[in-house]
Amino acid sequence: MKKRTPKAIGRVVPRKEGRAKVTGEAKYIDDINRDDLWHGATIRSSVARGSIRKITFDPKIPWKEFCVVTAKDIPGKNVVALIEGDQPLLAETRIEHPEEPVLLIAHPNKEMVTRARATIQIEYAAAAAVLDFEKSDTVFKSYSVNKGDVDSVFRRKDVTIVEETYFTGAQEQLYIEMNGVIAQASSQTGVTVWGSMQCPYYVHKALKALFQLPDDRVRVIQTETGGGFGGKEEYPSMIAGHAALLAWKCGHPVKLIYDRAEDMAATTKRHPSRTRHRTAVDKNGKLLAVEIDFLLDGGAYVTLSPVVLSRGTIHAAGPYLCDNVRVQSRVVKTNTPPHGAFRGFGAPQSLFAVEKHMDRIARVVGVAPEEIRRRNFLKTGGMTATSQVIQQKLDLSGLLDKALKKSNWKTKREKFLKHNKTSKIKKGLGLATFLHGAGFTGSGERVLASKVAVEGTEKGTIRVLTANTEIGQGTNTIFAQVVSDALKIPYEWVEVAQPDTARVPNSGPTVASRTCMIVGKLVERAALELEGKLIDSGLLEKNGEPSQFRKALVQYRKKYGELKGFAEYIQPSHVNWDDQLYRGDAYGAFAWAAYIAEVSVDTVTYCCTVDRFTAVQEVGRVVHPLLAEGQIIGGVTQGIGYALYERVVWKDGRMANNSLTNYIIPTSVDTPTIDVIFLEEPYEPGPGGAKGIGELPLDGPAPAILNAIENALGVEVNHIPLLPEDLLRVCEAGR
Amino acid sequence: MRGTASDYSLVTPKSLCEALTLIQQGAHPLAGGTDLMVLFEAGSLQWKSLVNIAGLKELKGIRFQQDRVELGALTTYTQILEDKKVVSHFPMLAESARLTGAWAIQNRGTLGGNIANASPAADSPPSLLAYDAEITLTSATGDRTIPYVDFHQGYKKTAIREGEIIRSITLPFPRRHSHTYFRKVGTRNAQAISKVVVAGLAHIIGGRLDQFRWAVGSLAPFPKRCRHVEKILWGNRVAKDLIQTACDNLKNDIAPIDDIRSTSTYRMIVARNCLKDFLEQLL
Amino acid sequence: MKPTFKLKINGKAFAVQAHPLERLLDVLREQCGLSGTKEGCGEGECGACSVLLNGELVNSCLVPIAQAAGAAVLTVEGLASKSLSALQKSFLEHGGAQCGICTPGMLIAASALLKTSRRPNEKKVREALAGNLCRCTGYQNIVESVVGAHKESR
Repeated sequence: MKKRTPKAIGRVVPRKEGRAKVTGEAKYIDDINRDDLWHGATIRSSVARGSIRKITFDPKIPWKEFCVVTAKDIPGKNVVALIEGDQPLLAETRIEHPEEPVLLIAHPNKEMVTRARATIQIEYAAAAAVLDFEKSDTVFKSYSVNKGDVDSVFRRKDVTIVEETYFTGAQEQLYIEMNGVIAQASSQTGVTVWGSMQCPYYVHKALKALFQLPDDRVRVIQTETGGGFGGKEEYPSMIAGHAALLAWKCGHPVKLIYDRAEDMAATTKRHPSRTRHRTAVDKNGKLLAVEIDFLLDGGAYVTLSPVVLSRGTIHAAGPYLCDNVRVQSRVVKTNTPPHGAFRGFGAPQSLFAVEKHMDRIARVVGVAPEEIRRRNFLKTGGMTATSQVIQQKLDLSGLLDKALKKSNWKTKREKFLKHNKTSKIKKGLGLATFLHGAGFTGSGERVLASKVAVEGTEKGTIRVLTANTEIGQGTNTIFAQVVSDALKIPYEWVEVAQPDTARVPNSGPTVASRTCMIVGKLVERAALELEGKLIDSGLLEKNGEPSQFRKALVQYRKKYGELKGFAEYIQPSHVNWDDQLYRGDAYGAFAWAAYIAEVSVDTVTYCCTVDRFTAVQEVGRVVHPLLAEGQIIGGVTQGIGYALYERVVWKDGRMANNSLTNYIIPTSVDTPTIDVIFLEEPYEPGPGGAKGIGELPLDGPAPAILNAIENALGVEVNHIPLLPEDLLRVCEAGR
Repeated sequence: MRGTASDYSLVTPKSLCEALTLIQQGAHPLAGGTDLMVLFEAGSLQWKSLVNIAGLKELKGIRFQQDRVELGALTTYTQILEDKKVVSHFPMLAESARLTGAWAIQNRGTLGGNIANASPAADSPPSLLAYDAEITLTSATGDRTIPYVDFHQGYKKTAIREGEIIRSITLPFPRRHSHTYFRKVGTRNAQAISKVVVAGLAHIIGGRLDQFRWAVGSLAPFPKRCRHVEKILWGNRVAKDLIQTACDNLKNDIAPIDDIRSTSTYRMIVARNCLKDFLEQLL
Repeated sequence: MKPTFKLKINGKAFAVQAHPLERLLDVLREQCGLSGTKEGCGEGECGACSVLLNGELVNSCLVPIAQAAGAAVLTVEGLASKSLSALQKSFLEHGGAQCGICTPGMLIAASALLKTSRRPNEKKVREALAGNLCRCTGYQNIVESVVGAHKESR
């Protein structure tokens, strides 16, 4: 009997970089120091819109010792290359939002930089700014999804129409490590940037355009990254460009690290939204026609807004079957810093609306919230709003039942009804059922055409080469698990290379719940290709033991030098998408979930507390139970913040509460016990059967919590964040 | 980080006497640093000359006398919470200490600092007002003691004169069977700045309130007692219509504002709800 | 001329030249080579810079070096001796570290708690960690790491 290595997938293996993280040895960008470093700072606009008239440098500052960079110093194009290329890296004369970068300074002494940055005066000719996105008429992008014939249903006399408008606010990603980079650059050596980021190749692309350099003269290296959540998807291209320009001009490596105030005021947030729902239902609550108008505030530049809008649009109708659907969506321009990627990417906004609206329909029709959903759930063979036929086994009713049971829904709802009659603390339970598509939308993955490699080391171990970053979610660990199982070698024999564009292929960005499902599968294929090469060389028998594999690999390396396996993305044959009609298979796979929130509302203070939370989801095969659970609990907690605590206070287009004292995220005493249950329906195209998981948990908490508050108080609340001040306003208005 | 250390001086004196000389010359005291260091880092600390009073023994210690306790100005929130006698006699003070920041802040933040900083949103002043504390100020020329209720005089304006610092705070034991009510309303359960903070103390004899103090924070430019409300209640029997009258009169005592953390309406209504909640407990 | 301050960090004597108002956090990171202590906000709100100062939990961003003169400081680098401490092992076992940036501060705050209470319950742990913000974990696995720390790690 051969000794078999236990399967790594499905097992709690140790996090690859865990030890470095608990000893303080892990080096984040600000932990890296060199004697020759200069320190940079960004001088930003103080108005929302206008043009620069004059810049004054305080004569008390020894400017000769400083490096000062303006847009004129840019060797290539003054754009942050992403989708549209409309955003300048440094404003020339035109200002489109507060905190827009205008000037860069650097000096070897950090204190000198701090002192100097406060003295630069910029005068503006101010212009009228558009700050209310509902009043903006500059449309960055729009989509239209059509299924069936909505209008003829709305004309019918025998239907009930349910209408409402829902709002969501901006949300700060609030990774605890601020944005930061170190850059080294010269016309001889090209540009190298180290930094905290999700997507090294995005930064690579942006730097190439900025400096007009070929691929091999730009190098981007990700350092240990203290959280991203989307906030380090597109923004690092900006800060990397700034640091590189300073380094290019002053001839020294430049460190540019934001403090919290700058990071919060200047970088991206989740898009605020407004969603109008108009629904026709029959007397049993069956959805007959669904019309949704979805609007996002894009901020001052296009950045990733079209893609965020796309995901929000596709998810807008929720996990329900309806033959007649129309979704119209737009993202518009305002003079605030651009809104950008944040875990969920448009879906938390549109799903908030539909899940609030389902409770509203339930009330109008007079059935229970769980029942209205059950009557409308998508099933295997059913068609989504984009006419995607659900091929996989899908049992949303079963999923919902699990959540109802775990949360003790029925008993507690009855108990709370009694309790609320006499207590100043009102309790309630609320529900949300939803879906989240994994990977890039539609043809996105095909266009992206991600590549990965694995290499055999001379020690006989395997190194995974991808551009996908470990940002806390467990990339290093799951890739190693996938390879371990593909090659049937111990998990400990697999390492994951630091993402470095000079060494790893472009496996696409670390976003969109795609790292495990899409890239993980490529890693599996690359590992098998490598194994095939070993077998073909005659050094390894098929189904050899791990020790034989290792021996064969060492021999191969001695004999032939390098051994690598490669894989490139191939669109599964079942995925067909029409970009023109916005119709077809939006995603290769969806994760499905039913979340239940239990809340208390103190009627003395209007403070809401989430007392318990139940998260049941079907995510395909769970690769690493502990990491997966961590993703869900962490995502739910961000969702609790989104619903109840986190308000960006805008003043003239600028975040006014840009500090951790005034922008409130939940602490350990504000978060409940979160019960996490996974149902596993293996998805064949994913590694070991896995689907995406990262974004899903942000979609459900906000509507579940607000539905629970409605259950507790009997008032309707249709916007988040719902702070005590807002709840009081709603309650007083209803008095 | 927006502050530059070299723009400041920070001197560590060996004794209170030396500290008071420096303060006489215009230096500003730095105790636990939980407020001033935040200002320094934001680049907005106005006092350039600082004196580090954190080590001064003369300003430390909790001393019980027969009917009162004297808390040195440098008493930290943690020291308040660890002193069982303080906690049992002054539960509202303990609660305000427990709800100030979180553990690391409670280890450094001092009662004297909280008072001297004079933020309208400070957590401990309403409790001290409800307990009718006294405050002792000291300077190179000697000590003086005043009722704490006279200490806060306007937005960030206090009775501290040039050259003075706070030496101690003295709290008389409340009468036996006093009822207390403390509530801090922040946006979260820890590490929060108050949006409303209230402290109430009531004593009832023969069904009548023969003592009633109601003190508030974050509802006016400075922490204060609500004299109108107190006057309505003092000497009277708590009843539904009296509660109504008292609550209706609260608006004469407070002037909440809209700011980055809350709204005037919210503060007004919640303050009223809290008063009502306390009074209903006395029914 | 900047004055010299002596302090003992993780049992080792240091003499640093610094402006008396300079933050303990910066001295640790920039002069003592101890970059395990992180800056998350610079206003005493997030706890990423937590260290023990004479055994007491503090935010090192709020401590001017003059107030640490002669003190004993414990940072995350001082938690492991030859092997990881039980608390560190428990963080690995229970998934207490995700992105890892809040982890040093969490470990320090938790070790302060474990000094006063050997087997704290969940509520106590949550209260003790309330000054340490985490954006990844939702706290639950951190809390379990601390609650489970007394058990001999497997």
